[in-house]
Amino acid sequence: MNTQRRHFIQGAASASLVATAIAAGLLKPGQVLADWNTAGFTATKAADALAAIGATSATESKDIIVKAPDIAENGSVVPVEVVTTLPNVESIAILGEKNANPLIAQYQLTDFDGMLSTRMKLGQTANVRAVVKAGGKIYTAAKEVKVTVGGCGG
Amino acid sequence: MAIAMRVRAGSGEIKVLMTHPSENGLRKDAKTGQVVPAHFVKNVSVAVNGKTVMAGEWGGGVSKDPYLSFKVKGLKAGDKITVNAEDNTGDKGSVEATAS
Repeated sequence: MNTQRRHFIQGAASASLVATAIAAGLLKPGQVLADWNTAGFTATKAADALAAIGATSATESKDIIVKAPDIAENGSVVPVEVVTTLPNVESIAILGEKNANPLIAQYQLTDFDGMLSTRMKLGQTANVRAVVKAGGKIYTAAKEVKVTVGGCGG
Repeated sequence: MAIAMRVRAGSGEIKVLMTHPSENGLRKDAKTGQVVPAHFVKNVSVAVNGKTVMAGEWGGGVSKDPYLSFKVKGLKAGDKITVNAEDNTGDKGSVEATAS
């Protein structure tokens, strides 16, 4: 059974319940708590972040291409594009493996058509890793990006 | 304060651009030396004709003024696109557009 998808569907159902509660004046909008993977986003090591998104045993896949510059002069804005030919994509996560908090973004997808892109910060030269869940299985691919000026401050 | 954003859709692709500082809570202000408090978008969702096609969770590692694009099967001209976002301070934003 596809537990993550179940969780997602349940989440959507409870979200609509919350919307009903707001409409009925039971909750103020500021009190709504959306789904957010606290363990994943606060993890400080890539392995911990991967564990938090259930990707510890991900399979390396040539059907995922991580498009990013070879060298990023400005680590605060690194364009990353994930392209995949895998069918039935359910979710995509993006990590900067050596960032202070490696998990950058996680997306649940429906009717996905093979391309997702975003702009991320990279603190230092590191692998940018994409984790794709498709057909109930977890796949991954990475690309190293060299950073000349880091984008995470501190 | 509402999160300002724009959405464009067409040719099977949806593009979202927000105006947001996306502070991860780790950066120090160069002048004061004080840590700049975390202020980033945590949740973003996109629906086509009311059906959610993307539900995203973001950390502070997303760049300032977040940009997102992705391709959706079956997207056609006239489809109504709705984007909702919320940041870690509870600020929200919402925008609608019609696919071209």
